[in-house]
Amino acid sequence: MSSADLTDTRPTPHPAFAFVARLRRQVPLSVGLGVLWLAAMVLVAASADLLRPYGITVMDLTSRLAPPGSPGHWLGTDELGRDVLSRLIQSIRVSLVIAFGATIISAVFGTALGFAAAQFRGVVEHLVLVLADFQAALPFLIMSLAVLAFFGSSMTLLVCLMGFYGWERYARIARGLAISASAQGYAASVVQLGATPARVYFRHILPNVASTLIVSMTLTFPEIILMESGLSFLGLGVQPPETSLGNMVGFGREYLTTAPWIMLAPAAVIMLTTLSISLVGDWLRDKLDPTIR
Amino acid sequence: MVRFVLTRLLRALITIAAVVTFAFIVLRMSGDPAQVMLGPDVPQEAVEAFRHAWGLDRPLWIQYLAYVKSIFTGDFGVSMRDKAPAIDLVLERVPATLQLTIPALILKLLIGVPAGVYAALHRQSFADRGVILMAILGFTIPSFVMGLILMLVFSVMLGVLPSGGQDTWMHGILPTITMSIGGIGILARFSRSAMIEVMGQPFIRTASAKGVKWHDVVWGHALPNAAIPIVTIVGFMVGSLIAGAVVVESIFSWPGIGRLLVVSVTNRDLAVVQCILLIIAAAMVVSNLIVDLLYGWLDPRLRARLAH
Repeated sequence: MSSADLTDTRPTPHPAFAFVARLRRQVPLSVGLGVLWLAAMVLVAASADLLRPYGITVMDLTSRLAPPGSPGHWLGTDELGRDVLSRLIQSIRVSLVIAFGATIISAVFGTALGFAAAQFRGVVEHLVLVLADFQAALPFLIMSLAVLAFFGSSMTLLVCLMGFYGWERYARIARGLAISASAQGYAASVVQLGATPARVYFRHILPNVASTLIVSMTLTFPEIILMESGLSFLGLGVQPPETSLGNMVGFGREYLTTAPWIMLAPAAVIMLTTLSISLVGDWLRDKLDPTIR
Repeated sequence: MVRFVLTRLLRALITIAAVVTFAFIVLRMSGDPAQVMLGPDVPQEAVEAFRHAWGLDRPLWIQYLAYVKSIFTGDFGVSMRDKAPAIDLVLERVPATLQLTIPALILKLLIGVPAGVYAALHRQSFADRGVILMAILGFTIPSFVMGLILMLVFSVMLGVLPSGGQDTWMHGILPTITMSIGGIGILARFSRSAMIEVMGQPFIRTASAKGVKWHDVVWGHALPNAAIPIVTIVGFMVGSLIAGAVVVESIFSWPGIGRLLVVSVTNRDLAVVQCILLIIAAAMVVSNLIVDLLYGWLDPRLRARLAH
């Protein structure tokens, strides 16, 4: 019906409108909004230096704890008069960089171990499975707490540590898929043609199992954001003067009664971002993952 | 069957051994507790004396062997800070944590599973969409944000519930709710998808077709088959009863294991941290083991396969 209205007002629909209309039919609204929000977040993270109205440590002591909407400070200021919007923009960058880095490390590491288990079987496979059990037995937050507090927190350590999050899932999936793939004709025939194991796994098996792995990445990504913000909230993640979303919530908590906006702004960003990734990830899984069809 | 149980037991033991070793190595390699305990300005002799008194000047592998040996005799080391046995300090805090986590687990089970099952039986209905939305919100909102928002609303704005401490049962309400919301979401989602999958199976159609009452189809045929994935998640939740409260305990200043862990980690109190890690891992491993054994009981197919 709505397309009829559109043709009434616009006899020859612009190609862009036709594209939007086609998109609307194929992508649910919630997923579309999720994609838009994620795109906005990536854009903000990428151009944080340009968007930020103030430096993140610039203090304006005459307007401390200014409420949102104050002149010059859209989202207000914190207890030292630092602009909440500027800190929020920088936090988005830091949290996304950590989450992206960690997701990639975890996917590469886990997939490599899974493939190794599938290729060598025997002792290697048992070792990988025991390591996966170990990872699952010790809650990740507890393990990171121990490691971070004793080594002292740094950005590199944080990304590497978060990179261990969820590797066992990729390892299990990659192992299972690789074992079943190597039983199929295509893998056996390239082996017969004399391909090295590395070539078989990375040129032939990986592209065939990639969609399942990508879907697991969309599941791990929000969990890593939550994990990093939880650690930063406890004061063991990103350290001041650098800021991250969890770290802002953690410090904003002190001013819960007098200046709740310090904590609410980053909290809303965390929620909307993880929500968007979950919506988009679920949709992608339905579209891409061959194992659930 | 015996072989199945034995291999599971062996893997559980190896996992615990790995946790002990990991905790030991990370904590010993990562810095000198003497410096943290004594402060930066103490004379070198005092540091040496401290390290000698706690055995930190011995080679690492001797310390490790001594540690493993003492675990087998029930000695989990002495807290460097309180000079009390670490295991006593930890066990003293366990009841406080369980006071939060057990009611939270009951809430999760009582609300999450029925909501998921109801949503699965009334697909595409208003209630189904509501359950999905709540489930997604429940596990995308981090517990610290949820806790702070609840605190803002009920303690600061309405002033009806206390925001921290452990004096009365009223103090437990907000932390328990904070902890259960995420779990309710996860359980609802899992129960929903498990039920939907089972309801699509041919045996459900057969049962309906031969005239079994709808109520009996759901309770007698569908639910037992949907129970396996749900039990997995619940097993994980039981395993994290001790560990699951770190963040929530910090928000609401609840004197449980989680607070003890955060404090001990900041003080580099080696023995206490190791003891907590060991207990948490043991709880997790034991509950995983029980879940594995439960599978055999829940799934007759598995039992039959194991009998051969």
